[in-house]
Amino acid sequence: MKLELRRIHIKDIQFGNETVVKDGILTINQEELVNKLKEDERIKEVKVDLARPGEKVRIIPVKDVIEPRVKIEGEGNGFPGVTTKMAQVGSGKVNVLYGAAVVTVGDIVGFQEGVIDMWGEGAKWTPFSKTYNIVVDIKPVEGLAPHTHEETVRLAGLKAAEYIGEAGRNIEPDEVLVYEMGSHAEESKKYPDLPRVLYVEMLISQGLLHDGYIYGVNSQLILPTLLHPNEELDGAVISGNCVAACDKITTYQHQNNSVILDLYEQHGKTINFLGVILTPELTTLEGKFRTCDYTAKLCKTLGADGVIISEEGYGNPDSDLLMICKRLEKEGIKTVLITDECSGWDGMSQPLADTTEEAVAVVSTGNVSHVIKLEPADKVIGDINAITTLAGGWEGCLEEDGSLQCELNAVIGSTSEIGYHNCTVKLY
Amino acid sequence: MAKKFRVLYYVNQFFGQIGGEEKAGVAPTFEAKTLGPALGFNGLLGDEGEVIGTIICGDNYFNENKEEALEYIMNVVKEQKPDIVVAGPAFNAGRYGMACAGVANAVVDELNIPVVTGMYVENPGVEECKSKAYVVSVADSAGGMREALPKMANLTKKLAKGEEIGLPEEEGYIPQGKRLTIFSDKRGSQRAVEMLLSRLNGEAFETELPMPVFDKVEPAKAIEDLSKATIALVTSGGIVPHGNPDRIQSASAQKWGKYDVSNIDALTGEYYTIHGGYDPVYANEKPDRVAPLDLLKEFEKEGKIGKVYEFFYTTTGTGTSVGNATKFGVEIGKELKEAGVDGVILTST
Repeated sequence: MKLELRRIHIKDIQFGNETVVKDGILTINQEELVNKLKEDERIKEVKVDLARPGEKVRIIPVKDVIEPRVKIEGEGNGFPGVTTKMAQVGSGKVNVLYGAAVVTVGDIVGFQEGVIDMWGEGAKWTPFSKTYNIVVDIKPVEGLAPHTHEETVRLAGLKAAEYIGEAGRNIEPDEVLVYEMGSHAEESKKYPDLPRVLYVEMLISQGLLHDGYIYGVNSQLILPTLLHPNEELDGAVISGNCVAACDKITTYQHQNNSVILDLYEQHGKTINFLGVILTPELTTLEGKFRTCDYTAKLCKTLGADGVIISEEGYGNPDSDLLMICKRLEKEGIKTVLITDECSGWDGMSQPLADTTEEAVAVVSTGNVSHVIKLEPADKVIGDINAITTLAGGWEGCLEEDGSLQCELNAVIGSTSEIGYHNCTVKLY
Repeated sequence: MAKKFRVLYYVNQFFGQIGGEEKAGVAPTFEAKTLGPALGFNGLLGDEGEVIGTIICGDNYFNENKEEALEYIMNVVKEQKPDIVVAGPAFNAGRYGMACAGVANAVVDELNIPVVTGMYVENPGVEECKSKAYVVSVADSAGGMREALPKMANLTKKLAKGEEIGLPEEEGYIPQGKRLTIFSDKRGSQRAVEMLLSRLNGEAFETELPMPVFDKVEPAKAIEDLSKATIALVTSGGIVPHGNPDRIQSASAQKWGKYDVSNIDALTGEYYTIHGGYDPVYANEKPDRVAPLDLLKEFEKEGKIGKVYEFFYTTTGTGTSVGNATKFGVEIGKELKEAGVDGVILTST
């Protein structure tokens, strides 16, 4: 497969009469976007707002972040199996509005969305303070069941990204990144002496409101499955979950999965990158045994020498993470795990819910309970009161002047377990 | 010139120049002088701070009369109003280390004044106070004094001036056990790839998260006759009365709640979930799915169990630190034990 991600660098965003990109400035026809989204009868009201890096703007409660793109060559524009018809993605040319992001806002179940601050202290903790954000606030019609509500917001975000991405169709990119990798037989012939490396990406799959989707298939329903890395970079995997904001893998982070990109960087130089295994995190013990055994078997069958395993969420999936690690290490396959930790407000608590001696190489992406203080915003997009109920906030954490305290739990992407951000933990 | 910060120094009878083992029984005294290591330490503070006095106490006296010793010492600290207290270094002297740790814990807990001390890593005083005081890692004998004092003085200056304290290996103190979130110059995925390459190439690597060591709890004996037993219901599933009257957090709980269920047959109707870690739809439809009060009440009516305990205990498990969970467990367990509860149905999610 050969995929070209053709980045058009977005330097500013504004509203205007048509949705276009000119000289790096993305203009959005607000009315057209709203009308497009309201084609879904389940949507009552859509508000669109803009947030630029450095502005004293707070966005809350955020559900998902999506990168606007358009596929100009090859199958599968949009998100096949979800918003567009089924197609084999991973090959072709994609124009990317690099630096822009669609951010969906809406109170889905109340606890599990997050905050993005575009400036100051808060901006340090989230990667999405650096993107030009088109914030889509979706109010559904009354009486919608929570699961339908979640689906409605999920699809609206993806559609908004597709609509905006279309503006890049005929624009010359500022840089072109090429991702090309042949079959395992071909690559092994090219790089016979390089260690073979797989990436196991765990996906929260705990029931409605907590699932990832692969070509539209709920990850809860799958056995662990192998993807060519290009497929994920080309929109095969999306976020449908409402877990804690700090470590949910947003759709944007699937489209730009940092483990895939950093392994690709080494492919043919220091390693032979074999691909991505998507593994569901199930809640039942039988499910955990099945998926962990199956994942280890896939790694062994494919001849991996080394595996990076990334978690999504925390708590019971810590067990899946360590079960996979244990199985692989016993087979002589070297692992590195990426996880965040729950060490409490003071950082003195046991960091994981499970333990195994085989886990000797672990990257920590931060303590989800680390408390930060955020100053008042000039403008809030969404609803500031959401902070008191969502994971990482508490009753009384919001001051009258609009300043607040919260745990990293509440900040989108702060402790990303695909290592998308820079947080880590040190023992003091 | 800025006002000098004030250091109060603690030493034992030997370093306080009263005498050796034969004087280990002396009660604490205070002298407005720099005695023993306090003298050299004072010199290291330069113009920024000064040692305002030295407390001397016999090691045996402290350890055998801890309450009296601390009462005297704490009174001195309150009178002298230091900005920081420095004790030792105790090297590998166990009783001296325990005394330094006792002073450190009392000063930090009661007065919230920072404490710097120094001990050899195997001194039993380290475990006593390392999470509260800064314990500089020093040699096992007094020969290490010259190396110990500058490290202790540097930490003291930083603490007194409210400066950020660096990593243990940079500052020379024994880790306090706090896992603090900081920024790395590389993103996590990059660090993971580099760690894997090191492993594949057989090179040295360092994990960022050493595996935790777990407590093992001996299970209680089985209940012989359930029909006479009082059973309590406890959950970490975030089931609370509508409106969440005690404002229990949806994740990373800081508290627990207890509610009288003696007059209801099920939680359904009056309760819902505030737990942020699972799909709440089905729990809200029927909270007994998470905490089965309905079945327990049926069992009670049928005589299968003696009695359902009148209070139901609840908190949120998701993201809740083990430190908090341990505290909740001890508190709830104590109440249940005192109430004569024989067994507990403990549900998670």
